[in-house]
Amino acid sequence: MIINHPLLGPRDASEFVYLGDASLMNRPNPKSETAAEDFHAYMYLRDNPPGEHRELWFHEQGDRSWLIVTRNTLTHEITKVELARSSKGLIT
Amino acid sequence: MSLINKNIPLSFTFDGKSYFGFEGDTLASALIRNKVRLVGRSFKYHRPRGIMGAGSEEPNALVEIHADGVCEPNRRATTIKLFDGLSAKSQNGSPSLGFDVLAINDWLSPFLSTGFYYKTFMWPKAFWEKVYEPAIRRAAGLGKIIQKPDPDSYDKGFLHCDVLVIGGGPAGLQAALDAGRVGKRVILANDDFVLGGRLLSDPILINDKPSIEWAQNVEAELRSMDNVRILERTTVYGAYDHGIFGALETKTDEIGGSGARMVLWKIYSKASILAAGATERPIAFANNDRPGIMLASAVRTYQKRFEVDPGVNIALFSNNNNALSTLHKVLIDARENEFVIDTQGRKSLKSIRLNDGRNIKADCLAVSGGWNPNVHLTCHQRSRPVWDEKKSCFLPNINSLPKNMHVIGAANGNFTMSEVFESVRLTGKALGHKPADSPPTDSETYEVTAFWHVKGKKRAWVDYQNDVTAKDITLAHQEGFSSVEHVKRYTTLGMATDQGRTSNVIGLAILADATGQTIPETGTTIFRPPFTPVPIGAFAGPHKEQHFKPTRLTPSHKYAEESGATFVETGYWKRSQWFAKEGEQGWRDSVDREVITTRGSVGICDVSTLGKIDIQGKDAGAFLNKVYVNSFKLLKPSKCRYGLMLREDGIAMDDGTSARFSDTHYVMTTTTANAGTVFRHLEFARQCLFPEMDVHLISTTEQWAQYSVAGPNARKLLQKIVDPEHDISNEAFPYMACGQVTVCGGTRARIFRLSFSGELAYEIAVPTRYGDALIRKLMNAGEEFGVCMYGTEALGVMRIEKGHAAGNELNGQTTAGHLGLGGFVSKKKDCIGKVLSQREGLIADDALRLVGFVAVDPSDQITNGAHFINIGDDRIATNDQGYMSSVAYSPELGHYVGLGFLKSGANRKGDELWAVDFVRNHHIKVRVVSPHFVDPDGERLRG
Repeated sequence: MIINHPLLGPRDASEFVYLGDASLMNRPNPKSETAAEDFHAYMYLRDNPPGEHRELWFHEQGDRSWLIVTRNTLTHEITKVELARSSKGLIT
Repeated sequence: MSLINKNIPLSFTFDGKSYFGFEGDTLASALIRNKVRLVGRSFKYHRPRGIMGAGSEEPNALVEIHADGVCEPNRRATTIKLFDGLSAKSQNGSPSLGFDVLAINDWLSPFLSTGFYYKTFMWPKAFWEKVYEPAIRRAAGLGKIIQKPDPDSYDKGFLHCDVLVIGGGPAGLQAALDAGRVGKRVILANDDFVLGGRLLSDPILINDKPSIEWAQNVEAELRSMDNVRILERTTVYGAYDHGIFGALETKTDEIGGSGARMVLWKIYSKASILAAGATERPIAFANNDRPGIMLASAVRTYQKRFEVDPGVNIALFSNNNNALSTLHKVLIDARENEFVIDTQGRKSLKSIRLNDGRNIKADCLAVSGGWNPNVHLTCHQRSRPVWDEKKSCFLPNINSLPKNMHVIGAANGNFTMSEVFESVRLTGKALGHKPADSPPTDSETYEVTAFWHVKGKKRAWVDYQNDVTAKDITLAHQEGFSSVEHVKRYTTLGMATDQGRTSNVIGLAILADATGQTIPETGTTIFRPPFTPVPIGAFAGPHKEQHFKPTRLTPSHKYAEESGATFVETGYWKRSQWFAKEGEQGWRDSVDREVITTRGSVGICDVSTLGKIDIQGKDAGAFLNKVYVNSFKLLKPSKCRYGLMLREDGIAMDDGTSARFSDTHYVMTTTTANAGTVFRHLEFARQCLFPEMDVHLISTTEQWAQYSVAGPNARKLLQKIVDPEHDISNEAFPYMACGQVTVCGGTRARIFRLSFSGELAYEIAVPTRYGDALIRKLMNAGEEFGVCMYGTEALGVMRIEKGHAAGNELNGQTTAGHLGLGGFVSKKKDCIGKVLSQREGLIADDALRLVGFVAVDPSDQITNGAHFINIGDDRIATNDQGYMSSVAYSPELGHYVGLGFLKSGANRKGDELWAVDFVRNHHIKVRVVSPHFVDPDGERLRG
C-alpha cells in the first residue's frame, strides 16, 4: 500500500506502524462519573467496519507523524490522509 | 534466424549421464534433443513422467539442480536456461528413475484414491505419528531439501514506472513500444529469456515476414529507448494494492556463482498492462500422462524455436483449430467425435487407441483442449474471472480489475493476431499512447468446442503434479465435497507447485458435470500470489544471518572486547554480560566478583542502551504528569525522579527516571527493551491525545554514552574526572541531583545521581563520540580503587538484591499495585492508565504483590518461574498462589534471593510456602521476606 503523507507525499506502507481505529484519539474525560465505563468502551469496544474506516498510522520510519488514514477495508483504497494533530483543529 | 546457437555447445549431466545441448536451449529442450523421455516419477503413484509443456506451466518435469553438495529441488526443466556444467537430477525415483520400487503404488492405485490416508491409517491411533506418517512422507512428495545453508546470494530492488507491461509476447511488445514512443517510463517484464511469446512457436507472418523478425525489430527499438527497461527472465508473481507488483528476476540458474542469483523486485506502477498470454490445457483421457504426451503448443515450441522433434510419429488430439499448425502425422479431432480412449507404453508412449477401434503407433501425442487466459494477476485482489461460453475459458472480469490495470492479448481472450493488436491499440488509446496502426498479420480464427474428458474406466489424469485423476474428483463429489474449494482441498487438485495451471479448469468442468451445474455456477477457487514459486531465499534477499537485523554496539564495546567481555543480545544491542578474568571457572565467578568489587569499592557499567528521550516545551512537566503515574510537574530543576508509566488499560508499561534540567526541559530514560515503544507511545499521547500541549520530543538514545559508576568509592573516582569547578560533594550534589558539567578538561557532560545497584552511584553521560575515551579514563582513574567493569548479570544481581522491578516484573500483566508501587500513583491528577488500573479485578484484596523470597534451607537453590503453593495444599493450578519472577545468588548474603508475585503478598511476611517448579522438577520451601535484601533503608545510596 502507499500512503499519501500530507507533508511528505506518497510513502510505502512499510514505513508505518499501524495502531487501529481513529476513535482512540477521543480519550474520555477521566473526571466523569461514568469514567470507568467510558474508558472500558474506549479501550475495548472498537468498530471494525467492512468499508470506509478512519484509522491511525504512525510514520515511525519517517517524520514520526501520527496520521489518520481513511481507508476502505475491502478495497484498501485510501481516500484521505490527515495529520492527527490537524484533525483536532490545532494546526493547519 | 535461429534461436539456437549450434556453434556454442553446452555440456550438462542428467542423473549422472553426460549430454550436450546448445546455447538457447532450456534443460527441457536439451533433454528432448538427447532423446531423454523419462524425466521424473509422479508424486503419489510414482508413474513415469516426461516433459509436457515448454514454459512455466510444466507440471511433470521437475528436477533438482546440483552443485558442490547442495541442491535446489522442484525446478521446472522447461524454465532452466541451459548452461555449461549444469548438473540436474530427476526426483522421486528410487533406487533409480528407470527402476523405482515405489512404482508398486501405481498397481495399488485402486486402494490409493482420494482421501485414502484419512480413511485408512486410523488404527491404532498411536501408529500415525511413528509409523504411518513417516512412511507416507518418504513415499510421497517430490524434491528433497538438503539441510544446508543456501550458498547463493539474493538481492532486492525497487523500481518505479509509468507503465508496467507484464509479458513479452506480441501484445506486450507492441504495448511497450506504444508507451515508450510517447516518452512514458516503461518496464517490460518477460518471464522467458527471449522476447516474442507465441511468435517463437507459431508460424505467423507480420508484415508478410516471419513474425520473429517483427519481434526482434520491436525489441531493438525498445532497447534504444532510455525510458524503457526490459527485465528478462522476470516473472511478475503478484499484484498488490495501489499499483505495486512483486517480480522475481532469475539472473542465473547456476548454484554458487558470483553475484545475486535472483532479484526480488518491488515495482511501483502508475498503470499496468497485463499481457501474460494464455496457457494451453490438456484433455483428460485414460493413461494421458505417459512420457511423450505433450501440450500441442509445447510440441510446436520444440519444433520451431528449439529445432528439435519431440517425436517421429506425432499424433495430434485437439478440440480446436489453433493446434492444427502443429506438425503431425495423424489428427484425432475431438470436434469430429474422434477421441483417444487409451494409450500404451510404460516409460515412453508407444501407441494410442481411438474410440473407432483403431490402434495408432505414435511416440508423441500432442494434445490441445483449448486455451486458458492467464488471468491470475487480475484476480489477486479478489476479482473473479467470468466464463466465456464461446471461447470456452475464463476471462478477466473487466469490472473488478486491480486499479489502473489493463488486460490485452491472449490474457484477455484475444486469441488471434488481429484481435491481439486491436486490444493493444484500444488500451494504448485509453492510456494516451497514440498507438500506430496495427501491422498487417495473418487472418487467424480460433474455434473451439468445449471438450474436457474422455470418460472411461481407467484413470485419466487431471492434475499431473499431485496425481489427481478424473475419478478422484467425481469420488469427492460422491462423498459430499461439492464446493470447488472443498474439492480442491480434499483431492489436492491444483495445490501443487504449479497451482493447477494446466488442471484447474478441466477439474472444474468434470466437477460441473458431476454436480449437474454449469462451469460458471461451479466457479473457480481463489487465485493468490505467487503466480509461480518464489524461493524463500529471494524473499529474504540479503537480509540473512548477521544482516537479518541490525547490530547496535555500545560506546564501550571495543574496550569491553579488549577486557574479555561476553556479550548478550538485548534487542538489537550487544551488551556486556560479564567480564571473565583469568582463573575464573565460570560466569558465576565473574559475576560474583563484579558484585563484590562494586559493593566493596567501585564498578562501572555501560548503561547507554537505556532509551533517552529529550522532552522540551512550556508544557513538558504537564505532559510528563499525563504519561507517568507520579507527579513531575513540581519536580525542581536539577533533580531526577523515578517514574512509572502505565498503558491505558492500567498495566505497567515501562519505568525509568526523568531528570529536569530547566523549567522547560526534561530528559526521560526508558528501559532498553522498550525505548522504541515508549517513544511511539509518547508521540501518540502528544499528537493524538494532548495536541494542545506545547511539548516536543526527540530520541537521544544514540547521542549519549552513559556509564553508571557505583560503589562507595564512586564519588572519589568521579572527582578525578569531573572538572574541579563542578562540586559533586554529597552536600552540593545529593541523591537524585542532576546537572550539566564538564569532564576531562572541558568536555561537556551530564551527571545524574541515580542508583539502580543501591550503592552510592552516578550516571555520567558524554556525547557518544567521547564514549570510548571516557570509559578508558574512568578505568584508569579507578585503578587505585581496584575498579571493575560489570555486565548485565551483575547489574541484575544487584537490582534483585535491592528489590527493584525490571523486565521480568514489568511483564505486561502487572499493575502499579502488583509491583508494590501503588503509593506512587498520584491521587491529585489524571494519567494514562489510571482509570482502568482501578478495575476491581486488578485491585482485589488478594491481588498479587511483589515480595522477596529466601529458601528456608539457605543451601537450596531458588528457581525462576516456580509457582507458590501453600504448605499442605495439592500442587495443582487451582491452588496457585503466584510465581517467582527473578532469582539471583547474592554474594553479599551468601545465598539465593528471589523476587516474586504472591497473592496478598504484603500481609504474608514470614510465611513459608512451597516453590514448585515442575519444569526442573525442583520443589523447595521458601519464606516470604521484604524484597529489599540489601541496605533496606537506603543509607548507602544517600551516603
